[in-house]
Amino acid sequence: MSPILRFRTALLALAAIVVVLVAPHLLAPYQVVVLNNVGIFALVTLGIVLLTGIGGLTSFGQAAFVGISAYATACLATMADLPPWLAWLGGSPWGALAAGLALTLLVAAILGGVTLRLSGHYLPLGTIAWGISLYYLFGTLDILGGFAGITGVPPLRLFGIGFESSESLFVLIWVVVLVSLLATLNLLDSRAGRAIRTLNGGQIMAESMGIDTFRTKMVTFLLAAGLAAFAGWLYAYTQRFVAPTPFSLQAGIEYMFMALIGGAGFVWGAIIGAGAVVYLKELLQDVLPLLLGKGGNYETMVFGLLVIVLMQKMPLGITDTAARRLKPLLHARRPAPSGAAPWITAAPPLPRRPRPAPAESILEVRGLTRRFGGLVANHDLSFSVQAGQILAVIGPNGAGKSTLFNQLSCVDTPTAGQIFFRGRTVNGRSARDMAAAGLARTFQHVKLLPTMSVLENAAIGAHLRGGKGVFSSILRLDRREEAQLLKEAETQLVRVGLGAHLHAEAGSLALGQQRVLEIARALCADPCLLLLDEPAAGLRLKEKENLADLLSKLRAEGIAVVLVEHDMDFVMGLADRVMVMDFGEKIAEGLPEQVQANPLVLEAYLGGAE
Amino acid sequence: MNAQIALLLGQDGFINGAIYALLALSILLVFSVTRILLIPLGEFVSYAALTMASMQAGKPVMLGAMLVALCLIGLLMDARDALRAGRRLRFRASKLLMPAYVAAVTGLSVTLPLEHIGMAFQGALTVALVVPLGPLLYRVLFLPIASANGLVLLIVAIAAHVALTSAGLLIFGPEGSRTEPFSDATFTIGDAIINSQTLWVIALSFILIALLYAFFEKNLYGKALRATAVDRLGAQLVGISPALAGKASFALAAFISGLSGVLIAPITTIYFDSGFVISLKGFVGAIIGGLASYPVAAAGAVALGLVEAFSTFYASSYKEVIVFTLLLPVLLWRSVAQKGVKDEQ
Repeated sequence: MSPILRFRTALLALAAIVVVLVAPHLLAPYQVVVLNNVGIFALVTLGIVLLTGIGGLTSFGQAAFVGISAYATACLATMADLPPWLAWLGGSPWGALAAGLALTLLVAAILGGVTLRLSGHYLPLGTIAWGISLYYLFGTLDILGGFAGITGVPPLRLFGIGFESSESLFVLIWVVVLVSLLATLNLLDSRAGRAIRTLNGGQIMAESMGIDTFRTKMVTFLLAAGLAAFAGWLYAYTQRFVAPTPFSLQAGIEYMFMALIGGAGFVWGAIIGAGAVVYLKELLQDVLPLLLGKGGNYETMVFGLLVIVLMQKMPLGITDTAARRLKPLLHARRPAPSGAAPWITAAPPLPRRPRPAPAESILEVRGLTRRFGGLVANHDLSFSVQAGQILAVIGPNGAGKSTLFNQLSCVDTPTAGQIFFRGRTVNGRSARDMAAAGLARTFQHVKLLPTMSVLENAAIGAHLRGGKGVFSSILRLDRREEAQLLKEAETQLVRVGLGAHLHAEAGSLALGQQRVLEIARALCADPCLLLLDEPAAGLRLKEKENLADLLSKLRAEGIAVVLVEHDMDFVMGLADRVMVMDFGEKIAEGLPEQVQANPLVLEAYLGGAE
Repeated sequence: MNAQIALLLGQDGFINGAIYALLALSILLVFSVTRILLIPLGEFVSYAALTMASMQAGKPVMLGAMLVALCLIGLLMDARDALRAGRRLRFRASKLLMPAYVAAVTGLSVTLPLEHIGMAFQGALTVALVVPLGPLLYRVLFLPIASANGLVLLIVAIAAHVALTSAGLLIFGPEGSRTEPFSDATFTIGDAIINSQTLWVIALSFILIALLYAFFEKNLYGKALRATAVDRLGAQLVGISPALAGKASFALAAFISGLSGVLIAPITTIYFDSGFVISLKGFVGAIIGGLASYPVAAAGAVALGLVEAFSTFYASSYKEVIVFTLLLPVLLWRSVAQKGVKDEQ
């Protein structure tokens, strides 16, 4: 981080501390109580922003997680005769926090374990069912006081300071909120954060870059549950009373609404959404009974309708819409920097994997067959590629080229036959294992994260070359490694000719540039085999020449390249050998000029001359 | 527990299970055609049950007002879309079909002496009132975002459930209601007493499932819906309108759940918010079927009804906890069977 930025961050933090300390003394006591609630809600909502807005996973069970932790806290704080194995935790707020967190995370881990491998519809349904289950459990268990709840939670004491008044709780709650917010911002701006951001629509790509998507989903779900557990602990000490209603499924749905209204993709949206819902609810509770008569909580109807309209008109929430309106104003003042920041360019380069020996066999395919029902997409294919060699696979549409690629990168499993990568069979290995072994690929249909910057997209490719996790990112202990990863991304982007677009959104690039960005991302993995699926499609002539130069350089470095391409001039000028496929079969293989003269190939491409 | 109690519980379980199975089938139908998890399905059930109860209690039936309001909003949205697309507003007779239908059923529901028209006609009118809710909700809520990602569709479905539940409170009030049974007759087979209501529910469920099967196998519109479920774009290319398919699947779901509401109304006391938990059990059935298989979902739903009935006997206050916790092993089994990683659309 540059000194100027560091100074601004320090100033911002100082301002926040002053506001948090002074505000409760300036506000009316009732407002302090309301803002305490907003703070607790914002903490839960922050978890949903991370989970749903950023990770694309949906949970309606966050209120139940708050409840688990609040009940654990209340139980430990009030029960006179705890069983011996729990007695050491009794009375201590830290013990209560630990117990609440542990219990919440355990339940979340079980729920996540059975739903997160499945498609995205199972997590919301699972959390709805469990939200109801836990609500009934809170209301039925005698030990939890039934629907009357648990009263008489003593005031919170930490480090000898009592938090009895709303004013003192205000300070505690908002310090926790601001720290969590900062932690989330730190997390998102890191290797672990990039992995979380791939979950929303980029999981196949992420696995091919070596990211364990199940583990990443689990971590995200646990983080959100952890934030809810913190909120539950604060809730128990703020209300000094717990009952089932605030932890019902309805409350869980309301938390989701807070995140959506605030803008689920924005970290600050958590506070804005929680505040908007709390204040709007107060307003509606005053106004609606006058319009519709007493006797129901009609504000939920208004919220339901509001969310429907919001999803139809601005699906990204208030914060996003506001940010888009404000963006031109902010940009007018601060022009975007063109190159990478100094703290990145100063980093030492990442270590590289040992180069394969010249002419080492990188890829060996024997008798590969893939059937889809009655359709034989690949039939008995055999070929090999050596280090420092470019093999072009050509053939008409539907010849089975992409199926072949998917099997080579272990996204798909062959029906029969064997693939050896650097002398070892790949049978039973996953796309992630192949990435770790040194295979990198691009996709026929570009798979980028369109709202992330070009630099960050490329850095995803270097995922396996770093090792720092969630906690290092939150505490900013990852900066040295992060600088190295981003520097690698920058180096590869400059190499492919995207050096002028580092900070642009990937989605704003032309299609040809997006393909080149995919190549840079693959190169970030420091591969020894590169699979390129139609890399030259959509490129202009000059860009094609640059790409050919780049691939020649990679060949000289000893990287093996397999590419699928339709542009014959490009292929014939570049490839060492060409393999021609038609209807799933290899019909020819050899030097470019041999293949061009092969009558079978001419027939496949131009139709038979009968 | 003796055999007689077991038989009674079994009957209860079968009745509820049959209704969960019907709901699970509608959930699967809507999901496969539109990718929407129709959470507000439960409100169709409770609206139907409570409308039937209002008729029998001689209270005014208010559901028509909601239909008229939704119909007007739909027409306004049609007009706005046409203007935006730069088309001139043109009169088409097919556009009048829904308003005419809504006007007719609403008219009947406010003018007829509903208390005295007999149970069969009350039931028919109730279902006739609930069915248009499906296509109207699809038009107003989901059509504008038909191509949005699954998350947005799910959120709107949840929001619709929340809004419809509160609207139910406004229309029907907070009191629970139960309707008269279709008939009081009982049959005795050996030691067992079989309630005729049980036979009604099970017979109607079977007839409905048979009709659905015939519709999807023999009818051109049914085949078109199946085609949309398999490949939306492909179906569109051969001339099947996705909007029509969406409305049709919603209408069918509303029809099935409206009928379920009429069937369940004499057995259980229904409140304005009871529909949700009932439909969730349909969802558990649908999940057992992997959100794809109709027969497995139906079988799972019946099994769920039986588990529920027997857990009422053994641990009545933990009934819901047991039923929803059952989901965990099912999800675990699905999880283990799952292979590979897929991107959501």
